[in-house]
Amino acid sequence: MSLRALLYRVLEKGFGKTWLGAGFVFLYLPIVVLVFYSFNASPLPVVWGGVSLRWYRQLVQDRDLLSGVWLSLQIALYAATGSVVLGALAAFTLVKYKRFWGRTLFTGMVNAPLVMPEVIIGLSLLLMLVSMQRVFGQRGMFTIWLGHVLLGMSYATVVIQARLQDLNPELEQAAADLGARPIQVFFLVTLPLILNALVSAFLLSFTLSLDDVVLAAFLNGPGSTTLPLVIFSRARLGMRPDINAAASVIIAVVTVMVVGGSYFVFRAERRRAAEIAAAQRA
Amino acid sequence: MSRPPASSLFNRMHAHPLFLAHSRKAVISVPFVWLLIFMLLPFFIILKISFAQMGIASFLPLSQFKEGILTLNLDLTHYQFIVQDQLYFRTYLNSLWCAALTTFWCLFIGYPFAYFMARAKATLQPALLMLVMLPFWTSYLLRVYAWKGLLMNGGLLARVLIYTHLDWILLKLRLIVEPGMFMNTQFALLIGMVYTYLPFMILPLYATLSKMDLRLLEAAADLGATPWVGFWKITVPLSKAGIIAGSMLVFIPCIGEYVIPELLGGPQSLMIGRVLWDEFFSNNDWPMASSVAVVVILLILLPLAIFNKYQAEASEVRR
Repeated sequence: MSLRALLYRVLEKGFGKTWLGAGFVFLYLPIVVLVFYSFNASPLPVVWGGVSLRWYRQLVQDRDLLSGVWLSLQIALYAATGSVVLGALAAFTLVKYKRFWGRTLFTGMVNAPLVMPEVIIGLSLLLMLVSMQRVFGQRGMFTIWLGHVLLGMSYATVVIQARLQDLNPELEQAAADLGARPIQVFFLVTLPLILNALVSAFLLSFTLSLDDVVLAAFLNGPGSTTLPLVIFSRARLGMRPDINAAASVIIAVVTVMVVGGSYFVFRAERRRAAEIAAAQRA
Repeated sequence: MSRPPASSLFNRMHAHPLFLAHSRKAVISVPFVWLLIFMLLPFFIILKISFAQMGIASFLPLSQFKEGILTLNLDLTHYQFIVQDQLYFRTYLNSLWCAALTTFWCLFIGYPFAYFMARAKATLQPALLMLVMLPFWTSYLLRVYAWKGLLMNGGLLARVLIYTHLDWILLKLRLIVEPGMFMNTQFALLIGMVYTYLPFMILPLYATLSKMDLRLLEAAADLGATPWVGFWKITVPLSKAGIIAGSMLVFIPCIGEYVIPELLGGPQSLMIGRVLWDEFFSNNDWPMASSVAVVVILLILLPLAIFNKYQAEASEVRR
């Protein structure tokens, strides 16, 4: 290797580490500062008044917030379930059926919510629900669920589609050759193989639903104020220590969930790799 | 393995070509019908409402059939208003401009980031990917809110910027209006948008860059290309799908962004998402809000088509 190439490599290494480090500081600094200030005893947002848990104690008595949490968790659970089912069907369609009537339209519609501004999805869905009030009834938990499934389904499709594309088709063919019916092939071969992706898709649509403000603002009805709506209406007014505490709790819970979920997925993948290696040796 | 006899009929039924054809139809039609009803139909409905007149509590019907005469009430005034009104025009332009700036900065920060991530030790990469994904999973509302704490008077970043006199450069760039005041400015809006959308840029870029065959660079080096030339002539063209998908994934939602302008950009920020929100929630003018939405959709149709084309190529590692 020439001296010049060596110099390039050293420079690239150093520059790369700095860039990655700075990028991660940018991504994490606001979160760290927010969590730090949630332990601030002072009610003033930027004045440090010593360590205290008073805002956390206050959370437990905050009725609006707690009912928001409960409603949001329910909606997120149902929305994630719906998103995974519809997303799996859509991903299956896109990967297995290369040709059918309206495929371009279908692909466009699946991808649209990924990029479409949420205000537009919210407004159009709301105006449709209002126009067809006789069919869909009053706005409330159900209508928020509809919006969240629409959004979550697209993300679920992307995740599951990626996994289905990587799947070795010979595995399914082998099962079919050995006499498995299509339904059996699906439940005994395909489903276990894409289980990880289904878990990821579920977690992703769950957090998307738990996080959404805009769709919920359009689609909510009387008495259906989700957690993000409660937070947003308070955050508009400025920094508030009680929101800092609530935010820290949410961030902690999501972090544990995501890291745990990824660890589960990672371990399952490693185990499967070991099993495949063992099967090939045998 | 012995099966109960009842299931053999079931199994024979499944092997029947008629069933296979129907199961295919069922798999396709469930998500298809769902999307037609909840994705496509609503767009036709706002299109319809955008031509309607606002009545007292609701909009008036488009066509009436009374005494044997069909009357159409197509009202184009909302569109006329959008085209002629200076404020709307400037808001659209400003939204596009903000989205373009955000895309540029995300690409500027995100490309080297994704590049070095893809070239990091293979054992380290899952952890790095996890670290990029984690903020993406945690509440976006809370992350935007967190910037308030950094940028408000006396906030950490605000103090650093004043201390280093960088606020004068921002003032010169007209990103802020007064030295030392960062909240409710274009600067706060931009930093919030870049921050929120950066992972959307990094992930597709990482997906294409990590799939790249590194032997191509070795071949280029053997043929006398410097690493710099190799980077621009090989790496960048090969990551085109990732660049385009990532840019669209940032650009399109930025145009209609509501939460970030509301929390960081302040009341003066001219963003179309905010205008639409106000038309609907404050002015209660559904046809006007619908017309604004229709124009936004028209604006993003082209980038959307580009996105669709490149999304499949770049989406393989996004999970």
